[in-house]
Amino acid sequence: MKTKIFKPKKSAVLTQGNQAVVEGALAAGVEFFAGYPITPASEIAEGFARELPQIGGKFLQMEDEIAGMAAVIGASLAGKKAITATSGPGFALKQENLGFATMIEVPVVVVNVQRVGPSTGLPTAPSQGDVMQTRWGRNGDQEIIALAPSSVAESYELTIKAVNLSEKFRQPVVLLLDEVIGHLREKIHLKSKEEIEIYNRKKPESNQNSDQFLPYQLTDDLIPPMADYGSGFKYHTSGLFHDQSGFPDGKKETAKFMQDRLHNKLHNNLDQIIFYEKNIRSDDNAAVLSYGSAARAAISTVNTARKDNLKAGWFKLQTIWPFAEEAVAELAAQVDTIIVPELNQGQLIREVKKAAAGRAKVIGINSYAGDLIRPEEIRALLEEVL
Amino acid sequence: MSRYEIRLSGAGGQGMILAGIILAESGVMVDDLNVSQSQSYGPESRGGASRAEVVFDEDQIDFPKVIKPDLLVCLTQEAFNQYGEDLKNYGVIIADSRIDTTKLKDKLKNNLYQLNILDLAANKIGKEISANMVVLGIIAKIIQKKIPVEFIKKAIIEKVPPQTVDDNMEAFELGFQLKLDKRSYAYGRI
Repeated sequence: MKTKIFKPKKSAVLTQGNQAVVEGALAAGVEFFAGYPITPASEIAEGFARELPQIGGKFLQMEDEIAGMAAVIGASLAGKKAITATSGPGFALKQENLGFATMIEVPVVVVNVQRVGPSTGLPTAPSQGDVMQTRWGRNGDQEIIALAPSSVAESYELTIKAVNLSEKFRQPVVLLLDEVIGHLREKIHLKSKEEIEIYNRKKPESNQNSDQFLPYQLTDDLIPPMADYGSGFKYHTSGLFHDQSGFPDGKKETAKFMQDRLHNKLHNNLDQIIFYEKNIRSDDNAAVLSYGSAARAAISTVNTARKDNLKAGWFKLQTIWPFAEEAVAELAAQVDTIIVPELNQGQLIREVKKAAAGRAKVIGINSYAGDLIRPEEIRALLEEVL
Repeated sequence: MSRYEIRLSGAGGQGMILAGIILAESGVMVDDLNVSQSQSYGPESRGGASRAEVVFDEDQIDFPKVIKPDLLVCLTQEAFNQYGEDLKNYGVIIADSRIDTTKLKDKLKNNLYQLNILDLAANKIGKEISANMVVLGIIAKIIQKKIPVEFIKKAIIEKVPPQTVDDNMEAFELGFQLKLDKRSYAYGRI
């Protein structure tokens, strides 16, 4: 089947965060979605159901969340860029297969539009409660990449980045939205094809002898070239530790070697994975460090506080995993206080404290019953510490 | 325009969210104007108080929700009771004339306009559900210096079902023709 190139209709558009994820994924070359509808992420499935058939892609509504995750892994192994979307309760169900995808190094993107938990919680209210589920929801020491957009425009941009990172590092990437960003409509500028940088997974050389192909070949960059299922290469995948052939050998050396490789393929390239924005002046004494929808109130507060000559700056993480440890350590050396607003009982603040290592006082502001943190709450704390 | 915040409130089913989306779409047509639109979502939007919010700003919109509205529309008593007091000093409330505003009348003074929005829609269009378009007509008049009326009309045509365009435009005109006095508040800080 011939694939048509996706063309955005017009550049300045009013778009919902969830729809921006669809636009971003299509712009990055995604041709497959499988999933199961769940509030507040359902508009993502609806968007793909509308758009994918028009460009020759495939949309599958699966029988449940687990199958949705399994289907995107299969599609990616067959050579397609694949994505699924869910919310906290569904994300919990996807964890096992997400761990499998990490182990067999399959590029997939999982969108989690967070709602208040635990369990089915508050389906229509925003939360950042899945930050640690994203990091540690699976068994074993495993890496994950997670990006958290704070606007509709960023939902578009970071979806493109998520697809690219997954392809580049053969690594599942989680995109963490929340109900507010998912349902917010904002004016955004869609990019033309020429403006978008797209990364496609590394494949075996065209002259590669298929008999000698190793699906987990050791290369300098630690990222094995990936052949499409059904393209003539023998390709075995296993959730057991495996050697370069993809078959398990049961050796402890293999287990150690592979865990190190999976860790190092990301940690050797953190500069390509960790994104953040900041506005810290040399004489600022406090910084508000945030991510996702909480960043909107944080930046708003700092901008108004500066008009009143308060010495405060802001630091916004776009990549939350791997955590920007070095940059936050540097921030902690610069300011006396770091305020961390989060829509949970305090999850990422643990990493901030760890990175700050006592060099700055780290204080959280938390909202975990479905309300956004408002600028005046952060302002009050800023005035208290400055 | 500097940050301008609109909150539309009423009952679920009165089309406040559609009106919010139409306003946001018209804002997108203005070069260099940023727009954020959100709504209450969930059980409260099915029958109880329903709320849509639109924020316009020439600068980047940091906080995407309404902090204190410059313009508040209330179509039901419940919405008025809930949001009536939450307004900027120079802000304007457009409340339907069926609403008992006695409690806040002294406090709101010149900020309050009571207009027969629901009756106009019911009697002149024959559908109370057109009240959201009457509301858009009123708002179009208030913000016309910044968002051309034509843009709002264009957004209505794009967003409502084709067979309802005529009725909706008629309801919009009814709202637009409603007399607002020249109190500076209404056209004030936009």
